[in-house]
Amino acid sequence: MTSEAIPIASPGQPSPFQRWWRRTTRKRAAYAYLIPAFLVMAIITFYPIAYQFWMSFTDYDIGNLRVGSEAPAWVGFKNYLDIFSGDLSRLIPNFSFWRTLAFNLVWTFTNVPVHIVIGVLIAVLLNTEGLRFKRFYRAIYVLPIILPTLVIATGWRNMYDANYGAINQSLAAIGGLFNIPAGVFRIRWFQSLSPPFKWFLPGMPLPLSYYAMLIANIWLGWPFMTIVATGALQSIPKDLYEAASIDGASPRQQFWNITVPLLRPAMVPAAVYGITLTFNLFNFIYFMSGGGPLRQTDILVTTAFNLVNAQRLYGMAAAFSVIVFIVLGALTLFTNWMTRATERYDI
Amino acid sequence: MRESGKKLPLGKQLLYQALALLIAFTVIFPVLWLVSLSLDPRDIARPTEFRLIPPGLSLDAYRRVLDRPTANPVTFTELALNQLKLAGGVCVLSVLLGIFAAYSFSRFEYKGRAGLMLSVLTVLILPSVATLAPLFVMLNRINIDFGPLQFNLRNSLWGVGLALTSSQLPFAIWNLKGYLDTIPRELEEAALIDGASPNQLFFKIIMPMATPVLAVTAFFGFNAGWTEFVTSWMFLSDPKDFTLAMSLWNMTGQWSGDTPWSAFAAMALMVAAPVAIVYLLLQKYIVSGLTIGSVK
Repeated sequence: MTSEAIPIASPGQPSPFQRWWRRTTRKRAAYAYLIPAFLVMAIITFYPIAYQFWMSFTDYDIGNLRVGSEAPAWVGFKNYLDIFSGDLSRLIPNFSFWRTLAFNLVWTFTNVPVHIVIGVLIAVLLNTEGLRFKRFYRAIYVLPIILPTLVIATGWRNMYDANYGAINQSLAAIGGLFNIPAGVFRIRWFQSLSPPFKWFLPGMPLPLSYYAMLIANIWLGWPFMTIVATGALQSIPKDLYEAASIDGASPRQQFWNITVPLLRPAMVPAAVYGITLTFNLFNFIYFMSGGGPLRQTDILVTTAFNLVNAQRLYGMAAAFSVIVFIVLGALTLFTNWMTRATERYDI
Repeated sequence: MRESGKKLPLGKQLLYQALALLIAFTVIFPVLWLVSLSLDPRDIARPTEFRLIPPGLSLDAYRRVLDRPTANPVTFTELALNQLKLAGGVCVLSVLLGIFAAYSFSRFEYKGRAGLMLSVLTVLILPSVATLAPLFVMLNRINIDFGPLQFNLRNSLWGVGLALTSSQLPFAIWNLKGYLDTIPRELEEAALIDGASPNQLFFKIIMPMATPVLAVTAFFGFNAGWTEFVTSWMFLSDPKDFTLAMSLWNMTGQWSGDTPWSAFAAMALMVAAPVAIVYLLLQKYIVSGLTIGSVK
């Protein structure tokens, strides 16, 4: 169709071009609305990802950065093999992909259940009929959500400081009441190497810094779950509880047989959101423990950042990012399965 | 308004109040600690004793932070301005491009729609750290030489902004699409019968109805830029381009002896304040505007 076809239309009879033009209005609009975003994404998202895939098979490093410098050498699967086999630990002491992956999963799946349990319990407490000052408490409890995690993480890091931090100091103040010398509470939260609970995960005992970050992340994580649970609790009809108590159900039975099943549809998406967020909680690990001690609390994203930022091993970092991508894809498939599996559960 | 329904027995009421207050205290504690440190007139270099209420109040730490927060010769305002450029740019770009694409995904049927949506979803699961290597080496090769503008794209706020948009745009598209999907189509169908074009539907019906989610998505874009650390830390080397987030980390101190405690606390609170306040103002919309969880 050429543009000369346009002007010849007579009022009664639209030209074939005009008919085509009118027929495809919606289709053209659909693509036109899509183009700006996808043009930008093609350049700054999709192309870099493809480029990253290529980079992951090269030994791209600081010597290949400049314009005109020689192209990096093709090394095949060497980067991937170095990462999986642990050969990379020659360059980066204490690097172990499998331990990092395992810690990342333990970190995620010990955090989120605690967030949900505490979040739901506090939501139930706040939903108690006749409780005064509910609004006041709800207003306060959102505080961790509204603060940037950057500020939370750096703040907690300093609170955990061995000599000058608020945690050790308040522990010492409490200990002072029982005549415990303050020196006991010079706890080196992020440097201590001996695992406090050896029975928990005997194959991979977790250092104190894991527990320190767990406490901080519980502080951060439960309020979101409370908000979601509160919304769901308020939509549970009250007559259900009335009917149950007439039938002689105890408060405990009511909680397990009414509250829990009716909360489930709201909590599952929240759990999925929490899992994704916690799995990639860069700010916490990087700013608080820095992955320490001895990289025992590194997660995948902090390791990736270390490879590219501190080590400047761009090819290796690219290979690592491709692996991270695959791991996250698997995690997403798992959470999708989780959502679908619980949707089938009819209430 | 009084709470309706049953009255709680006094004993239970007191027990629950105590519990709720205890929880409130643990929630507020870290913030109180920061506030207390930042207002301490003694300007303690190394706080060795725990006091939530400082002896007297002073805004001195704030004054020092505003004047020169780090060892670099930049003021707080300059840092905040850099951060603001990033946050504003990412926010505007991601919402503007995102709403058009979201409209297309939500309201049209065409070839390739499913595949394109899948591509957005796929990059959505990638954290920004995972595309840092290619963006760094690619942007590093681009030197802008345009009259007075001469800079390396990687080593500039423009480059950081591009990298940020690259990870924020998929989120914006998906979040906006999720909300548009929930807007009932009756109005549009009625307008369509009256002969409205897709553009008219978009600007006259969709845009006004999507205002809450536009605000929330814009806020998330702004928040991402305001608290961005990874990319700017990796890309920027000139202190004139540094941002608040980078400076806050600089003040945290690798070793506890170097932390300027009062100044750090003041800085942390000043970084947090703008987004915290906007968050509170938008709170009503945020739960309904965050549709990312409802992947259909």
